[in-house]
Amino acid sequence: MMIDHLETLESQSIYIIREAYNRLERLGMLWSLGKDSNVMLWLARKAFYGHVPFPVVHVDTEKKFAEMYEFRDHFSKEWNLNLVTGLCPPIEETDPTLPPAARAAARKTEGLKALLAREDYTGVFAGIRRDEESTRAKERVFSPRGETGQWHFRDQPPEFWDQFKTDFPPGTHVRVHPLLHWSEIDVWLYTQRENIPTVPLYFSRDGKRYRSLGDEDITSPIVSEALTIDEIIAELKVTTEAERAGRAMDHEAEDSFERLRADGYM
Amino acid sequence: MSKTPRKFEIFTDSTEEAGARSGQRLDIAIVGHVDHGKSTLVGRLLHDTGTLPDGKVEAIKKMCERRGMAFEWAFVMDAFQAERDQAITIDAAHIWFSTKKRDYVIVDAPGHREFVKNMVSGAASCSAALLVIDAGEGVREQSRRHAYFLHLLGLSRIVIAVNKMDAVDFDAARFAAVEADMRDYLTELGITPNHVVPVSARDGDNIDTRSKKSPWYDGPTVTEALDAIQLPQADSEAALRMPVQDVYHFDDRRIIAGRIESGSLKIGDELLFSPSNKCAHLQRIESWPDSEGRTSAEAGQSVGLIMDEQLFIECGEVISHVAKPPLESNVFRGHLFWLGREPLSTGKQYKLKLGTLEAPVEVQSIDRVIDIDDLAMTEAASGGASIERNGVGEVVLRSRAMLALDEFGTNQRSGRFVLVDGYDIAGGGIISMRGYPDQRQLITGKSSNLTAVDYGISHAARRQRNGHKGGVLWFTGLSGSGKTTIALEAEKQLFQKGYQVYVLDGDNVRGGLNANLSFSPEDRAENIRRVGEVAALFADAGFIVLTAFISPYRSDRVRAREVAERHGKGAFHEVYVKASLETCEKRDPKGLYRKARAGDIAEFTGISAPYEAPEEQELIIDTNDLSEEQSVAALISHIDESFTTDDN
Repeated sequence: MMIDHLETLESQSIYIIREAYNRLERLGMLWSLGKDSNVMLWLARKAFYGHVPFPVVHVDTEKKFAEMYEFRDHFSKEWNLNLVTGLCPPIEETDPTLPPAARAAARKTEGLKALLAREDYTGVFAGIRRDEESTRAKERVFSPRGETGQWHFRDQPPEFWDQFKTDFPPGTHVRVHPLLHWSEIDVWLYTQRENIPTVPLYFSRDGKRYRSLGDEDITSPIVSEALTIDEIIAELKVTTEAERAGRAMDHEAEDSFERLRADGYM
Repeated sequence: MSKTPRKFEIFTDSTEEAGARSGQRLDIAIVGHVDHGKSTLVGRLLHDTGTLPDGKVEAIKKMCERRGMAFEWAFVMDAFQAERDQAITIDAAHIWFSTKKRDYVIVDAPGHREFVKNMVSGAASCSAALLVIDAGEGVREQSRRHAYFLHLLGLSRIVIAVNKMDAVDFDAARFAAVEADMRDYLTELGITPNHVVPVSARDGDNIDTRSKKSPWYDGPTVTEALDAIQLPQADSEAALRMPVQDVYHFDDRRIIAGRIESGSLKIGDELLFSPSNKCAHLQRIESWPDSEGRTSAEAGQSVGLIMDEQLFIECGEVISHVAKPPLESNVFRGHLFWLGREPLSTGKQYKLKLGTLEAPVEVQSIDRVIDIDDLAMTEAASGGASIERNGVGEVVLRSRAMLALDEFGTNQRSGRFVLVDGYDIAGGGIISMRGYPDQRQLITGKSSNLTAVDYGISHAARRQRNGHKGGVLWFTGLSGSGKTTIALEAEKQLFQKGYQVYVLDGDNVRGGLNANLSFSPEDRAENIRRVGEVAALFADAGFIVLTAFISPYRSDRVRAREVAERHGKGAFHEVYVKASLETCEKRDPKGLYRKARAGDIAEFTGISAPYEAPEEQELIIDTNDLSEEQSVAALISHIDESFTTDDN
């Protein structure tokens, strides 16, 4: 018997989550309420047999869709999560040289940094994937950040044989990325197999659905008739659109997303 | 041969198709010398297999116009503005594409020599590699270097693309020469490439479609060669290895967590934990959300185990079956690559990461430094050598604690390790035990059941652990000859070299053990007798003991020798710290000679009591002539020669 592709991904992610839990002192798991972070949270519950032994963190821009807030409030209770929320500063406080949608996204970076400082986390799980976006493709599984949260993409630590960087000078924190090796289709296949709850915005309503969820005012739906996960997967197999095509912040300038990430965006 | 774009075919039965296809994913590292055209090849591969999103090529063309540059396929990959500005790829990136057969992730490794760590980070997770060589330039330093790293990482499935064939007019002879050159090098590493393909990435020749310009070539295209590679299988037939990652206490359950790296296990199996050598039976394999549990698990799965008895198990132990345990040793040979900012050097301490274990280790020796370019091995001169950043060599590592490990040749996953220098992962290597025995039998019973015995630790076991035999260096010499000075400095240096070492002198003996003794001849003899017994016990416990007493009487020293040699022949070395009375009197560090001459101290050795110089000492240190530094060096080299393990 051979374990299948999804089980290999699942085992690898559980290994990463457990490794972080073993090696890092104060952990939090970012929960954006999107499909990826729902899978990540599910994997944490699998890793610890129904428990989530660290807080689940929602960085709230206060501009998310109503369905997302409902989802958060319902499942944080049902799953007995230790939910920690942090608000984001007004847009006026972000880097004025960024394009408008990127500034909106930068609010989230600032909100996250404030929350990290307040809770004094040494490690935060983030559900990003390499296939989402080309700068994320260059990420490490354990990605250290300096005191101000910057990502030094030119000088990343070596990472091989599942031996992660777990030693840091004081003041650093680590972004841990348990889903880095997953693809968008993997996430849906796994969501389907495990029957993981999902925000309904991903499914077609009036001929449109959201493929990626962000703030309501800077996220656009795609044309789609997909009502089930099967239909979403079928659609993804034939699309030539990028996953984040509906996320305005990625497309305003050639280097918008890279600048956001270097400054600490997920 | 005509091709249709593959990735975007419409599936009629999405669930089945998706399941089948997602099970077929191959991660490949792309490597090669800088400017040999890796990025161009990848850009072309993405385009020719129909993987690029709509408008991507047009967007890049527009960007090039805006910047006044010529379009290049390599720009498809260069996601970072910084990279375009510098025109080199700076980090390993992951690129997805699909052929009809399966999905691929290309891990792009940089060609620049500075960035070996990124290449290793990228390539280590891959199952195959695509090596790009410029047909015109031929095999270059990084072509060889990268191939060598692939070999160290255990990657043996390799497709070679001989690129820029257009620049040599698709000359068959030139292709054959480059192919032969690379094959020769790989043969020395024990690697046979799967295929060698002549290509022009820029024009798409033999990438995904067969080129008319190379009628003399009848092998596969690059995509065909990749599709022909067999997917590696997790090894569930091999011996069971599961490093303990953590132990959880949820509700009343005590769950041992970890991932099975090789082999399989099932409920009821008797499992052995190494190196603690505890055993218990597997009672239950946890699962969630369903609660009934599983009956078996195999390589690749992250699991939680509940044993039939409560064992105290720590993170880092290795679970195996009783019949096929890992080796146990606190010393092993590592064939390693070094990425650290500071060179690796003998005597330095690092943190070893082996599976889920972390343990301090010391570099006992660097035996070889390897020149990757021609595979010449420089036998390292003892002590002096170091391995520089991006270098490769063979070292011996020693830890204080016993380690459970395998040779890389036996089990790739439990036979490799990482070294951490300070906060940084600074190197990785594969384990060989050449010249070093499995110590399991030394610390476990001789009988076939592998239960630990907690008594009767043998000298051999202590010696393996410490890296040297125990022994007594019995100093004798006049007051002021330099015994204590040499002993204390030597103790410091020996300790730093990793010796278990201790100095016995008047200060730490007279105050306690011998507090009831005076300076009468009888009590002096008793003082020396007790010191002799204590020194022998220390030596028996594996220590190097340096005793710094005048011990003027030959008979006392003979007796001390007999006591020590009861525990082991050759364990007692008499060291004559020789200095003339005049020299000692001149030094007179404690003013004792002055007092003795003045009659304030009765029976002072050399003045008013005899000193019997040794006749058959193992070592003379003549401090009339030697400086302190030279004296200590002479002693340490004597100890190195007489007490280290490697003399057997």
